[in-house]
Amino acid sequence: MNWLIGVFIFWVVAYFLNVSLANSKWHKTRLVRLAVPTVFGITILVVWEGLVRGLQVPSVILPPPSMIGARIAVSLPTLWADLIQTFVKGALTGYIMGCGSAVLTAILIDRSPFLQRGLLPVGNFIAALPIIGTAPILVMWFGFDWHSKAAVVVVMVFFPMLVNTVQGLAATDSMQRDLMRTYAGGYWNTLFKLRLPAAMPAIFNGLKIATTLALIGAIVAEFFGSPTLGMGFRISVEVGRLGLDMVWAEIAVAALAGSAFYGVIALIEKGVTFWHPSQRG
Amino acid sequence: MPILTVVAAIMVIWYASSVGMNKKWTYDQAGRAGVEVSFTEMVADTWAQERPVLPAPHQVVAELYHSVFEKKISSKRSLVFHGWITLSATMLGFVFGTGLGILLAVGIVHNRAMDMGVMPWAIASQTVPILAIAPMIVVVMSTIGATDFLGKETATAMFGYQPAFMKGILPKAVIAAYLSFFPVVVGMVKGLRSPDQMQLDLLKTYNAGKQRTFWSLRLPSSTPYLFTSLKVGMAAALVGAIVSELSAVPLRGLGARMLTGSYYGQTIQIWSALFAAATLAATLVASISWIERRSLKKMGMSS
Amino acid sequence: MGFRYVSQEVVIQAKNLDLTFPTNDGDVHALKDVNLDIHKGDFVSFIGPSGCGKTTFLRTIAALETPTAGTVTVNGMTADEARKNRAYGYVFQAAGLYPWRTIRGNIKLPLEIMGYSKAEQEEHVTKVLDLVDLRGFGQKFPWQLSGGMQQRASIARALAFDADILLMDEPFGALDEIVRDHLNEQLLQLWDRTNKTIAFVTHSIPEAVYLSTKIVVMSPRPGRITDVIESTLPRERPLDIRDSQEFQDIAHRVREGLRAGHAYD
Repeated sequence: MNWLIGVFIFWVVAYFLNVSLANSKWHKTRLVRLAVPTVFGITILVVWEGLVRGLQVPSVILPPPSMIGARIAVSLPTLWADLIQTFVKGALTGYIMGCGSAVLTAILIDRSPFLQRGLLPVGNFIAALPIIGTAPILVMWFGFDWHSKAAVVVVMVFFPMLVNTVQGLAATDSMQRDLMRTYAGGYWNTLFKLRLPAAMPAIFNGLKIATTLALIGAIVAEFFGSPTLGMGFRISVEVGRLGLDMVWAEIAVAALAGSAFYGVIALIEKGVTFWHPSQRG
Repeated sequence: MPILTVVAAIMVIWYASSVGMNKKWTYDQAGRAGVEVSFTEMVADTWAQERPVLPAPHQVVAELYHSVFEKKISSKRSLVFHGWITLSATMLGFVFGTGLGILLAVGIVHNRAMDMGVMPWAIASQTVPILAIAPMIVVVMSTIGATDFLGKETATAMFGYQPAFMKGILPKAVIAAYLSFFPVVVGMVKGLRSPDQMQLDLLKTYNAGKQRTFWSLRLPSSTPYLFTSLKVGMAAALVGAIVSELSAVPLRGLGARMLTGSYYGQTIQIWSALFAAATLAATLVASISWIERRSLKKMGMSS
Repeated sequence: MGFRYVSQEVVIQAKNLDLTFPTNDGDVHALKDVNLDIHKGDFVSFIGPSGCGKTTFLRTIAALETPTAGTVTVNGMTADEARKNRAYGYVFQAAGLYPWRTIRGNIKLPLEIMGYSKAEQEEHVTKVLDLVDLRGFGQKFPWQLSGGMQQRASIARALAFDADILLMDEPFGALDEIVRDHLNEQLLQLWDRTNKTIAFVTHSIPEAVYLSTKIVVMSPRPGRITDVIESTLPRERPLDIRDSQEFQDIAHRVREGLRAGHAYD
């Protein structure tokens, strides 16, 4: 009971803290912008911990955050090995191969309006499909190890990336292309000096979408078969054993890896497309 | 026309690769039997194997036809049955997920504390592989016994039997809802904020209140964003339902078909389940697009 | 400034030029039987209401449009050969600077494409930045400058390589009048210093009269030349020359020419 009362008080205090912070005259400062979501996040964790303890929820249903934290602390080597297997070998390899080939394909089909009119609708169509369903097929073809996970990631990121790049390459206006013609610029000059730089915001948009897809693809593909290693493997095994603290630990690592991956791409984007209106403000 | 050419090209590549990928098995079999196979025999065989590495398109179509039209729809081998299971979970989750998403978006737009506290998390959550928690949700919900839409007794009392789709639908719907939730929140917040300052100022000169502004400006201007996020949400909900079927009990639905297919090496079954899922996704997204076109036209937002 | 020699050498010549665009509502006759000689060192303005083909004519000179009939010669070559020889610099209605390049980088762009050496690039860029009064702004990005400065940078870009023809398509159309006056004055000084041949599209009568040695009045449906006026104004033109009677007379003649072409239908 004490836990529940404590949780309630904490929640009320945090709520008023956030409301007053948000409505204070400092609400545009960096510190407050960071503080408000942090307070919100901490409140969630505290309420979670308190409710689980207060209501004595069994840990096979919902382990408290402290237990998950403890599990992370003692399982670092396992978590690290799983991260390497799934994220670095599976997701990252597939991400680089998939995005790279999509950009190259986009540049190739960009030269042919016919291919564009044919491939783009097909690409758009495929991008909306549950491509994750190809995972069992690819696991059969490429085996249980990370190669099949990378293949799933390639298939998953390829079409969103292709569509974004093609749109980006089309983003120049006719005046800018005319300017290149007055210089007798030719195809390659126009591509490298005008169209690729102009396409960068769209390309990075695709790259950011693909980060999430890559991690999802690599994890879910492991549900269809994997060596005794990897985040997806660990999750499905521990779920079977009701070791939910370990499952949550893997999810925390996955969330962290996912956000970090996204963050890195967003940072590179900031450096490359500093000139774009969306980055200037 | 270009689309047809591309599709035709894909078909040709597909047939060619199924020859390339399946011929090893054909030659192995022939070698074991001690017979020579000519090229045409080899090609014919690669397109007709029972468990090919890559089934030829017509095999998949035949299997689709077989399991859609020639089975009773209540049969466990009917794709209509499995598709319906997946569809019902997707729809249930989608409705709840988007509904809650829209509500939260309205809250975020009208409450600065909520905006500053929740919005960063909603955006960050899009970078997190949420799908990874699917197996856990399924197991936890079975542990506490919350899996059926209506309990067996309630359903029997109401309908005289428990409809198949109600069984085990809840965990799947929860995951589907969860996945469709965040894209809708982010899209709707963008949409509700899309009116520019001039339009907002105009309503201010009319002395319109927050509510008036919401109903006559914010909500209508958010419609295009709403439909865009509904499409994303629908696709995400379907993926969520399929992935959660990998660990759900009883093993039913399109995701389960893929999983059992991969257990037993039934490649044709996987491909037909994949195509069924693709058709389902395309149909769902297309119907949202259709509603989108109609309503935007009615609202005068598109020609 | 003083005396300056205008040669009789023809650098741009249009003969019996015809151009039609096919559209869904039938063919649009953008240019009909256009004949014009532009001499070296001329400052020629094309003026007329929208749809009179003045921009199309300029684009045809630049080989951005292909005429249906007739010929354009630039420096004795066909327009397309002249384009490939980089015979002219072109200034568009908007500055069209690349936001990912600094001002220096933007001005360098044509030089890179045309294969100038690094040292030459730097030298040319520094020179033209001075010409348009943008010294000290080279390291800025275009979006950090005002509209007028951006347009000056785009003029610098067109001047950077050694083309002696400058084609300008309503370059100051989007700017406010005060900035525009200032840039007009600067443009005249620049023309005087560089001895370039300039073809300039505008829809402002005062701008055309103030700048030009020759004013070409055009009218629409079909696009054609209705009058060519040789300016009698002295080469040295302070801004207040616009209050003089001579200026008013020329402006009046331009206005009459526009009216005669039923330009206000």
